[in-house]
Amino acid sequence: MATIVAEATGQAILHEEHEQSFLRKYIFSTDHKVIAIQFLIYTLFFLMIGGLLAMLMRYQIAWPARGELPLGGIFPESMVASGYILPEFYNALVTMHGSVMVFLAIMPMLVGVWANYLIPLQLGTHDMAFPRLNMLSFWAMVPAGILTLASFFVVGGAAGAGWTLYAPLSARPDLTGVGLGQILWLVALVFIGLSSILGSVNYITTTINMRAPGMTWMRMPLTIWSLFITAILALLAMPVLSAAGIMLIFDQTIGTSFFLPEGGGQPLLWQHLFWFFGHPEVYILILPAMGFTSEILSVGSRKPVFGYKAMVLALVSIAFLGFIVWGHHMFQSGMNPMLGLTFTVSTLFIAVPSAIKTFNWMGTMWRGNLQLHSAMLFAIGFVAMFAIGGLSGVFMASTPVDIYIHDTYFIVAHIHYVLFGGSLFALFGAIYFWYPKMFGRMMNETMGKIHFWLTFVFFNLVFFPMHGVGMVGMMRRIYDSTGYAHLQGIEDTNAIITWAAFGLFASGFLFAFNFFWSLKKGRKAGANPWNATTLEWQTPSPPKHGNWEEVPVVYHGPHEYSHPDVEDKDWLAQNERPDVVSPAAGSH
Amino acid sequence: MAHAATAGRVPERGLDVYTQKVGMWVFLCSEVMFFAGLIGSYVVLRFGAADTWAVPNEVLNVPITAFNTFLLICSSVTMVKAFAAAQAGDQRGIKVYLLGTTLLGATFLGVQVYEYVELVLHQSWQGSHGFTPAAGLYGATFFTMTGFHGFHVLLGVICLAWATIRAWRGHWGADNTHGIEVLGLYWHFVDLVWIILFTIVYLI
Repeated sequence: MATIVAEATGQAILHEEHEQSFLRKYIFSTDHKVIAIQFLIYTLFFLMIGGLLAMLMRYQIAWPARGELPLGGIFPESMVASGYILPEFYNALVTMHGSVMVFLAIMPMLVGVWANYLIPLQLGTHDMAFPRLNMLSFWAMVPAGILTLASFFVVGGAAGAGWTLYAPLSARPDLTGVGLGQILWLVALVFIGLSSILGSVNYITTTINMRAPGMTWMRMPLTIWSLFITAILALLAMPVLSAAGIMLIFDQTIGTSFFLPEGGGQPLLWQHLFWFFGHPEVYILILPAMGFTSEILSVGSRKPVFGYKAMVLALVSIAFLGFIVWGHHMFQSGMNPMLGLTFTVSTLFIAVPSAIKTFNWMGTMWRGNLQLHSAMLFAIGFVAMFAIGGLSGVFMASTPVDIYIHDTYFIVAHIHYVLFGGSLFALFGAIYFWYPKMFGRMMNETMGKIHFWLTFVFFNLVFFPMHGVGMVGMMRRIYDSTGYAHLQGIEDTNAIITWAAFGLFASGFLFAFNFFWSLKKGRKAGANPWNATTLEWQTPSPPKHGNWEEVPVVYHGPHEYSHPDVEDKDWLAQNERPDVVSPAAGSH
Repeated sequence: MAHAATAGRVPERGLDVYTQKVGMWVFLCSEVMFFAGLIGSYVVLRFGAADTWAVPNEVLNVPITAFNTFLLICSSVTMVKAFAAAQAGDQRGIKVYLLGTTLLGATFLGVQVYEYVELVLHQSWQGSHGFTPAAGLYGATFFTMTGFHGFHVLLGVICLAWATIRAWRGHWGADNTHGIEVLGLYWHFVDLVWIILFTIVYLI
């Protein structure tokens, strides 16, 4: 019955397509695929902005006394004066690089793009459960982006209290010199929270209730599992950030003192609230990447994912543990050391499911028929970089080590190994992998491989030395390190890091060129260029409005590669009908 | 039909609950966390405060708010009755109870606005005139928590008014109850939050 209704509405949607205006079809669209592409363009833009901010920072770190910033003249006097990046602007760079990358680039690219694109397609449904809410979740990101960009140009400049917005620094304009910029960023954050919550409601409801017939929980691709778990994390963590952000706005605007000690408030409360959100956020930023990697490695190795159930359980346990470890960001905050110990232990537990996943990825590749295309290279790169970032995470989980490396470049190295080497590598892989489905053409492989190797080499040149710079004691948000006795002798390392960072940024443009060039000139992709099994590959590229002519029925698990019972090919699509039709075969 | 063999089979489509209801439950989980953030902060600030916390009765008008609480609880009852009427296809009942719920919600808001105005204009706080959000942690937590609750009531009243207008157009009935049920879930949640807030802000 439900199928019939769904098919009927599906055909109605297909029919409707011809009558939609340009505005309804491409701008205010409720089609999950269009929304995903809107998110993709939005996030790639902010990825570039975030990268640009990082380049300015790197210039300052490498040559703090030189001035002569190239094109420094295009910046207002309040940011760059006679070629010198001003300290206040540097604070804004540090803050907004982190904020933009986390909230406007990586997070919406992981979730906004891929949850939107893949959940309906991989689950075999026509669209999201609530298409109009879905549209709203994109359009809530637009004011967030505008406010963020605008905040650079208001009096006092953009927020400068670090992306963690620690109070009282973030709550009192007299401490940073930033008033309106901080408020604008907080308002943007509330919009981002709204977008994220609306999106999560959609992803969770769709996954629970709209799976194609036969798509049982344990037949869902790992991408869907990871996006589903991520949506739960965002659903429960984002509102806490929104509540905290609103209280911080009140502290700045209407004279409350939630986080201001002089009014009886507690700065530590901000840290608890922020990291109660912030640590699940870390997993929001990595779990989808793990899902893409599992998928790409399985397709690229022509083997089922090693330990599918263990992978699912590892995802669930990482998500659960993610909610009880936030205090490991606060070992130095003056909280009770006993509490610190419990946070150390719970944090170390996370190494177990993380290791399960890492070994299972290697198990997936082991003796596989490896196809080293760009997507696969990035997925393998993800595993390697995530291992390094994960291991340095174990260092800082332990309180005594963390006290030494706290707030140094070691932390910066760690976060970039998991967020860039991890999340962004997987995202590049995902774009190379699903681009043919999105746009019907392949991205250029040669450019893709060059992009991978440039990114891989420059990335490690940038971030590996940061471990050492951090061990020496270079502080995380320092404007000019040359004046400190203990930081003498790291100037050359910093200069090398900066040159490598320029290379890393530049290699991003090769990717951008490939992205746009392939839209027109890429090789035409068929429905299933990778010979993949999941449902999205069993419909034309790009899929039509409504995705399916007919709702697919699922008979198999998600990663049936090199199946021993299949002779003519090495893959078995999820909706391929078994030859012997027995009523129970597909349903349970 | 390629899948003729399975055409008669009841397809697996997740829970045996319609999508809008699942969506509302999921959304309410997020709302729980939002209020948990506010209430948790209140608890931490109140028990960490250096000065003694003000006695609610000396600052706030507890009796009138107790009456307001009664109104909101009644509105949950009328909401239940509206849903029952919809299930029974009782058009008059749907109209009466939806309108009743809307009016009770609106009255609650009116009383809350009156309470705010009285506090800001006439209540004295630590020797100065006017009890505002800037009046220490007490004022900050009071206005933030009750204010955000009031905002949720406002959203609920707007949706209820819209549902009531639709009731007069004969939109609801025994075959169309989902909207009322989902709105009811939200309304009961808002009511429940208020009972917690009333207890911890006005009573203890």
